[in-house]
Amino acid sequence: MMSKELSIKNSLIIRESRVFRNGELIFEADQGLSTTKFLKKVYNDQKLKYSKFFKMDELSKLGYLGTEILTNGSIEDKETALVFANSASSLETDVAFAQTMEEFPSPSLFVYTLPNIMLGEISIRHQLRSENIFFISEEFDPLLFIDYTTALFQQEKVENVLCGWVNLHNNDYDVFLWKIANSGGMEFNEEELKKLYLPTHE
Amino acid sequence: MNRNYLLGDSIISPLGFNTSENIEAVRNERSGLKLHNNSRFFENGYYAGLIENKIIDTEFIKIGKPELHTKLEKLLILAVNQVLDQSPALDLKETGLVISTTKGNIDQLRNDLSPIGSLYLWKMAQVVADFFGFKQKPIVVSNACISGALAIKTANDLIGMGRFSKAIVAGGDLVSDFVLSGFQSFQAISDKPCRPFSNDRSGVSLGEAAAAVLIGPGDQENQEKIAYIDAITANDANHISGPSRTGEGLYQSISRLFKKNKIEATQIDYISAHGTATMFNDEMESIAFDRVSLNQVPLNSFKGYYGHTLGTSALIESILTKHSLLKNELFTSLNYSEHGVSKNLNILQKNEKKELGLALKTASGFGGCNLAMLLKKER
Amino acid sequence: MSDLHTELKKSIIEQLNLEDMEVSDIENDEHLFGDGLGLDSIDALELIVLLEKDYGIKLTDPNQGKEIFNSVNTIADFIEKNRAK
Repeated sequence: MMSKELSIKNSLIIRESRVFRNGELIFEADQGLSTTKFLKKVYNDQKLKYSKFFKMDELSKLGYLGTEILTNGSIEDKETALVFANSASSLETDVAFAQTMEEFPSPSLFVYTLPNIMLGEISIRHQLRSENIFFISEEFDPLLFIDYTTALFQQEKVENVLCGWVNLHNNDYDVFLWKIANSGGMEFNEEELKKLYLPTHE
Repeated sequence: MNRNYLLGDSIISPLGFNTSENIEAVRNERSGLKLHNNSRFFENGYYAGLIENKIIDTEFIKIGKPELHTKLEKLLILAVNQVLDQSPALDLKETGLVISTTKGNIDQLRNDLSPIGSLYLWKMAQVVADFFGFKQKPIVVSNACISGALAIKTANDLIGMGRFSKAIVAGGDLVSDFVLSGFQSFQAISDKPCRPFSNDRSGVSLGEAAAAVLIGPGDQENQEKIAYIDAITANDANHISGPSRTGEGLYQSISRLFKKNKIEATQIDYISAHGTATMFNDEMESIAFDRVSLNQVPLNSFKGYYGHTLGTSALIESILTKHSLLKNELFTSLNYSEHGVSKNLNILQKNEKKELGLALKTASGFGGCNLAMLLKKER
Repeated sequence: MSDLHTELKKSIIEQLNLEDMEVSDIENDEHLFGDGLGLDSIDALELIVLLEKDYGIKLTDPNQGKEIFNSVNTIADFIEKNRAK
């Protein structure tokens, strides 16, 4: 069994109308924009051309945009695993679908009432036929990511993992994505993850 | 890594309130699918496997206050309680709880849409954990219809990482207006009890159930037990709801699993397939099984007995597979009529007694996810 | 172009979130699925909802949809023949 040190390669944060890549502010919009409007501004700012974007629910849009920005639109290792989590599951879209239930239940909303649809969207965009898992926890749980991801490496099932905390609730979004590989970055431990997730200089 | 085993278990469904009642019903080819007329979304009713609240409360009152919990919480608590009863020596300080669900307490989503706590899946899991006094925070896996088996993989992997020494995996999902109307909007609900892999299949029947299994190192020597060997997931990268036409993700998950564990298709004694009975899903599975040369291996779908129980289905089916292996007993693929997929498959058409050693469990779901898992009988 | 054709194109763009398209981008005889507009199976289901919601037409056989949803022309023809509102 291997016991190589794993490292955090790049990270990305989207919250409060701002986008940070590796700690650096790369985009900022007016505070108080609706999630939909903010996401469209990020999409336009990044000059993305992916018409499926407009069909996604907001949770998937967050995951898609975060991944595009983190990876500069390219994931080379098609076996890169996706290990994601959030707190509110797909509750925002659940509520939207429930509203359509009163008259004509909407299939295009129903399909997004599962949090792992986001993993499907990212897999389709980057043609990843890789390991997927979606966890739900009350708040960002660094140790869960570390344990599950390390097991994937120890079992020699992956060489790269894209981890993501993508939460959306009541128009409040919180996205934290980072890549894990065998070498070439910060040490992959709880302390580093916490620092990246909630930088103290904020 | 030390092996983990599928130890004590519980299935709570329309077919029974413990595993042995369920197996007895399956052995006698009884189905939990009945015609129900309680949904405004179906003028002519719908077939589903429902559990009456009254029966749940009759059981629940023996261990707790029914009025304090939602229907799904009660089902999950009953399932976990049975597993704990079977393992009185279990130390809850070192035992994890892994919950598998897709929609949790979605039946509590009210028309006024006021947010209520029980809708959070983590909160529902915490309610179950607190009922018994688990010391560690429960873990929730919500990955569509592969969740039940993915939760077993999660328990195994986290035990391997030393997070806990054993874990109870518990899964549950309900048949709510929410999922009924959603599947109906997909025109995916069969107007008859579902008929997996048959030429006259026309969609899913939904079912509700909860199940639980203890995962951990086997402490009893010289006794046959079922080992979790490995599981691998793979995404189709094709479509968020439609299964891949080439079975790509399922094919990838099975072939990688075989390669990694140095297994040949001829070594597999039995396949517990997903078999939801939608046109596209069953066809996709046949293509994937054909691509890995599993055509001759006896195979069934349990959906004809339970309906599709979503986040519970792969967990129930893993538990039933465990008992099939232990008892050398295979169950007929209920409601199978005429072969209705393009590839040749060996679909079980009667119960069979047969020496069994190695089983393959598969599952696929929305979001393009697929999972393949190996379970093996050991002494 | 009839009012129904324009109305349909507007609803298709709105209901199917074809954000980057305008009415003038869709030809009456353009294939909606496949190499044309590139709609998928979920879009087809959403078009079934649209028929019921806006025109009172209930489509129960999914196979029927293939011909009806070929193009804006075919949908418009079908609506003219079957509309209940």
